[in-house]
Amino acid sequence: MAFSNTNITAYAVEATEFPDLARRYRVTGVPKTVVDETVEILGGLPQDLFVAQALSGRDPSVGPIGS
Amino acid sequence: MGLLSPADQDRLRASFSEMTSKVRVLFFTQSLDCETCLHTRHILDELPALSDNIAIEEVNFVLEKEKATQYGIDRVPALALLADGSNGDGRDSRIRFLGAPSGYEFISLVHALLLVGGRASSLTDENRQKLAAVDKPMTVQVFTTPT
Repeated sequence: MAFSNTNITAYAVEATEFPDLARRYRVTGVPKTVVDETVEILGGLPQDLFVAQALSGRDPSVGPIGS
Repeated sequence: MGLLSPADQDRLRASFSEMTSKVRVLFFTQSLDCETCLHTRHILDELPALSDNIAIEEVNFVLEKEKATQYGIDRVPALALLADGSNGDGRDSRIRFLGAPSGYEFISLVHALLLVGGRASSLTDENRQKLAAVDKPMTVQVFTTPT
């Protein structure tokens, strides 16, 4: 995703090494993805769902899945 | 004796042979007060021998704060992957790793190296278009553990 658009930056974070980050983002299981501090994606998702979820906090016309 | 078995080295060498362009890995590190920096260095030390297209560049996190800020790195060990142009300029892939890339993270690092090194993205055209519409900075953090 980051490689496809220079506006996007992706971090792979090793949760056990940085407990402060794990706490701040309430990481209780992995993988957990946090987009812009607001959108949380738990577990691994198929690509279409993942992209839709990741973008759900951006475009007000597209609500989070299930809402 | 390295961290990778000869069989793993052969497999990785075969994978990395798909790379068509050079990737520079900026390795942000410090010698004191960093439990996994040395381990990260040992992992990264294995890579250049497996592909001519992979180069590691160490950045002193304490002395080169400006560079760390430029790449959005606020802790170590951390990696930033650059797609190296033929003129020596590095295009920032905006892919980062925080923490030692061992276990599953190592697999992620290998995939990232292949992508930045020229392998086709696995994104579908539709998703690529959706992502292309992102016109403001967006930060994606994926939390994992080594096992």
